[in-house]
Amino acid sequence: MIGYAARRLVAAIPTLLLVAASVFLLMRLIPGDPAQLMLGDAATPEEVEALRRSMGLGEALPLQFAHWAGAALTGDLGRSITNGLPVLPLILERFGVTALIVLVAVGLAVLIAVPLGMLAAWKQNRPADLAVVGFATLMLSIPSFWLGLILLLVFGVWLRWLPVVGFVPFSEDIGAALAYVVLPITTLVLIEIGALTRMARAATIDVLRLDYISHARAKGLSEFTVLRRHALPNAFAPTLTLIGLVLGNLLGGIAVIETVFTLPGLGRLLVEAIFQRDYPVVQGVMLFVAAIYVAVNLFVDLAYPVFDPRVTAE
Amino acid sequence: MIAPLLAVSDLRVGAKPDIRAVDGVSFSMAPGEILALVGESGSGKTATARAVIGLLPPGLAVTGGRIAFAGAPLTPATLRPLRGPGIGMVFQEPMTSLNPALPIGVQMAEGLALHTRLRGAEIAAACRAMLDRVGIADPTACLRAFPHEFSGGMRQRIMLASVMLLRPRLLIADEPTTALDTLTQAEVLDLMVGLTREQGSAVLLITHNLGLVARYADRALVMRRGRVIEEGAARALLAAPREPYTRALVDALPRRGPPAIPRPPSEPLLRAEALAVDFAGRRRFFARGRAVQAVRGVDLAVHAGESVALVGGSGSGKTTLGRAMLRLVPASGGRVLFRGQDITAVRGAALLPFRLACQIVFQDPYSSLDPRMRIAEIVDEPLRLVPGLGAAERARRTDAMLDAVGLAEFGRRHPHELSGGQRQRVAIARALVREPAFVMADEPVSALDMTIQKQILTLLRDLQRARGFACLFISHDLAAVGEIADRVVVMQEGRIVEEGSRDAVFDAPRHAYTRALLDAAPRLEALVA
Amino acid sequence: MTLRLNLVLGGLLLAAVAGTAATASVWTPFNPVAVNLRRRLAAPTDPYWLGTDEFGRDVLSRLMVGASTGLTVALVTVLVAMALGITIGLLAGFFRGWTDRALMALNDALLAFPGILFALGLLTVIGPSKWGIVLALGLAYAPAVARVVRGSVLSLREREFVEASRALGNSEAYTLWRHVAPNCVSPLTVLATSMFGWVILSESALSFLGLGVPPPAPTWGNMLAAARPYLETATWLSIAPGVMIALSLLGTNLLGDALRDILDPRT
Repeated sequence: MIGYAARRLVAAIPTLLLVAASVFLLMRLIPGDPAQLMLGDAATPEEVEALRRSMGLGEALPLQFAHWAGAALTGDLGRSITNGLPVLPLILERFGVTALIVLVAVGLAVLIAVPLGMLAAWKQNRPADLAVVGFATLMLSIPSFWLGLILLLVFGVWLRWLPVVGFVPFSEDIGAALAYVVLPITTLVLIEIGALTRMARAATIDVLRLDYISHARAKGLSEFTVLRRHALPNAFAPTLTLIGLVLGNLLGGIAVIETVFTLPGLGRLLVEAIFQRDYPVVQGVMLFVAAIYVAVNLFVDLAYPVFDPRVTAE
Repeated sequence: MIAPLLAVSDLRVGAKPDIRAVDGVSFSMAPGEILALVGESGSGKTATARAVIGLLPPGLAVTGGRIAFAGAPLTPATLRPLRGPGIGMVFQEPMTSLNPALPIGVQMAEGLALHTRLRGAEIAAACRAMLDRVGIADPTACLRAFPHEFSGGMRQRIMLASVMLLRPRLLIADEPTTALDTLTQAEVLDLMVGLTREQGSAVLLITHNLGLVARYADRALVMRRGRVIEEGAARALLAAPREPYTRALVDALPRRGPPAIPRPPSEPLLRAEALAVDFAGRRRFFARGRAVQAVRGVDLAVHAGESVALVGGSGSGKTTLGRAMLRLVPASGGRVLFRGQDITAVRGAALLPFRLACQIVFQDPYSSLDPRMRIAEIVDEPLRLVPGLGAAERARRTDAMLDAVGLAEFGRRHPHELSGGQRQRVAIARALVREPAFVMADEPVSALDMTIQKQILTLLRDLQRARGFACLFISHDLAAVGEIADRVVVMQEGRIVEEGSRDAVFDAPRHAYTRALLDAAPRLEALVA
Repeated sequence: MTLRLNLVLGGLLLAAVAGTAATASVWTPFNPVAVNLRRRLAAPTDPYWLGTDEFGRDVLSRLMVGASTGLTVALVTVLVAMALGITIGLLAGFFRGWTDRALMALNDALLAFPGILFALGLLTVIGPSKWGIVLALGLAYAPAVARVVRGSVLSLREREFVEASRALGNSEAYTLWRHVAPNCVSPLTVLATSMFGWVILSESALSFLGLGVPPPAPTWGNMLAAARPYLETATWLSIAPGVMIALSLLGTNLLGDALRDILDPRT
């Protein structure tokens, strides 16, 4: 087990390095002189030259990468072009909202989807199963930003239960803050239920076919105990992998939800930075999200043996 | 007469569109009796047994008849509390019958916690005692361990311990040892019968293997197509079967063929010299895992036209040796000689004469045929590499070959449209169509039903007589190869431990391992004598 | 029974969307980009069945052209991702050794980005345009294809019929072509179908953010983005494009499920 954890941890290091290299190279692919791009057209040639020197643009590419990655390790992701602020604090400030919404949404979605998927598998091909599969497939087919718009329309515009535009930080007024995040979270929960329910159902169907389920029943255990104790952990293992992917994809795709609900999250920061050609911020956000994604998948790998101890044995 | 423990009358099991898996089966069992339910795949034996304990697979349902246990009718409501202490079940596949996510102790304890007043330490003590009884070396460690840490045979012992812990009055054993090699099979079955005798449990043993019936059962029921066609005391049934189908089953049991005709000494066709095969351990980050020595310096020669059986348990290295001799896995030491020529390092086109002359038939007819090709294409493909063969000649030879294996009409079909036995005929046709001098058959019948096994072995023997190729049979079942082998080679842990003519090995085995293999594999003449 | 229903319903939905797209290339009720400020934000009535937008453009016509754009982008993107992924996957699975390790290390690094984030990064470089989206999404999804292809190749190599081909004396290249590649077709078909849906979704999300196909060319995504400020006053603008995306995805998902049932005997 310790060997397995160590192997996973060590394996994450080259991945992170390659991720950093991809982000670095991607930004270097942008046509034009990075220093000129960063300073904009109004800058004098002297200013550009000074920045070129301070950025080490004259050096060989691997050396530039080493400097950049070294600085990133110490938390220095450079400064924003538009407002001159350091990038990392900017990211961390916006990350709070995004992390809250994504984590709560995925948590709730798992709590709903796994029992639902198991129920469907248990009642395979009966009306309850068809209803669950139909609902999940429908949810899988609805784009999150459109569902968000529709929910806004119903609860914000027609019923007027919730505010349509804006955000209040939790530190100021918890009640008001909640009112602003209820709809985004509901949207994500509904969307993610689709994929997670289908996965939980498929995994449970595979598990229910196996002899150890018959063995558990042959011992006289109740159906509930059979499902909870024998089917759940085994069916949850593949679902866990999907949860890792879902979390990452949400972090990457959260921008649309934040746009619909006008939330000041990480996704908005990225999109705004792309529009403003604020490359240090784009670079910083991409590196940050990819690193979080790697960390989430590492966490999933480390949690996996709890549900399937076979993986530690090679 | 004693009141029956289990009484099944006119049981019917079916699926929706008019499928009758079990079609009016009646029988009863006395307490403590061992009853064998014998039949081939599709006979309804497993469905019958699963109907008794209410564990039919999805889609199948009881459609009629009555089942009574200890005098009371079994219904879904009365069945639940009986599962475990009343009726227990051991499953076929040891790799999937224990929950991989839970420690063995937890799985063993839950039955006791549900059905007895034992708690905590008492449960643990009971589990340890039972594990000790089934021959687990360190019961305390076993309770904390997970199933994947044990071999198939060990898991089946643990499974047995877990079920017998509840002292069931009836144990249903569904092909409990089919997935194990012969030696382990006998150990597990001896243990099962011993334990049930101690506890006075009756056993409903589902099997396709008549050898096991004679050895372990009091009485036997022969099933075919959902019906019981013959019933009687086990030995009497084997000694004097009344129904033609039962007779066919009995005839399918391995028996020794006529003695080999001594052949003049000749240059070996294919020969391994001090051949060794290592499998590198998995790469890790800091070091390479320990290499596994599958074959440890083996000398083996096969002469033209002879039949050699290579026998050993799982992990003995027999399959690896065979593949290394065919140059399918690389040797890590020693040489392979073909007609006296060293071919160990020959590659590419230079290897073609060897490939043309040496072929292989695999164990699993489901995996050995490309699912996307038609049967005629599969049999024709080898001819592609024979120099100077026109399309017409290729088609003629393909047709002739298909005809020779009795599949003349099947050329346009795909593998999934064929039964297991038919597929294995295709595999044989593919191996023989180039008229090789040597064929290796790796457990060619162990995935097939008994009567089909017999047919395939007969076919191979007849083809060998007609065409005169040499054959190396790889098998875990010493008795089964007695029929076809001139010579027997026994392997254990990567080494050859005994080698000799079939009769010498069978009548006067020198090595203890050979003796154990012979004892474990029931042969008809020993069973009914 | 469910299998048939999936196939028929999915096929019909996709056929309807494809039919709409095909029609749009020869005929639309109105010019989809013609601005008519006197008719702006007209509710759905006779000549404008689905109403008009903030520039007085006919929503139905724009929806039809959007279908054509969406399906074209999805189709070409899937082809790009497949071509790239199959090449990488076959090379890695065939040569193994260091080629495999190098290709897969790179592949895994790309997979370590959430797909849409990687596409966003690429779009920063390429700039928003129809073919930019195709390139970005194609590159973003290719690693997933490579992974599936390599996995299939490696598992097929262990199958006995591949070993049998080797025992017959067939060359590695012939075996790969005759026995391994045809057996990769089924999993790839299923993957391609799912991917078609992902691309439709990703493209509309990118267009919604303003990073996809630039206005005035209509796409479902940028139509929804433009509708957001008029959520209260012109509700119809927010409904129709979303319904179209959902119907396309539903069709794809149903068809994908049906194909999986037919082609993959395990489930």
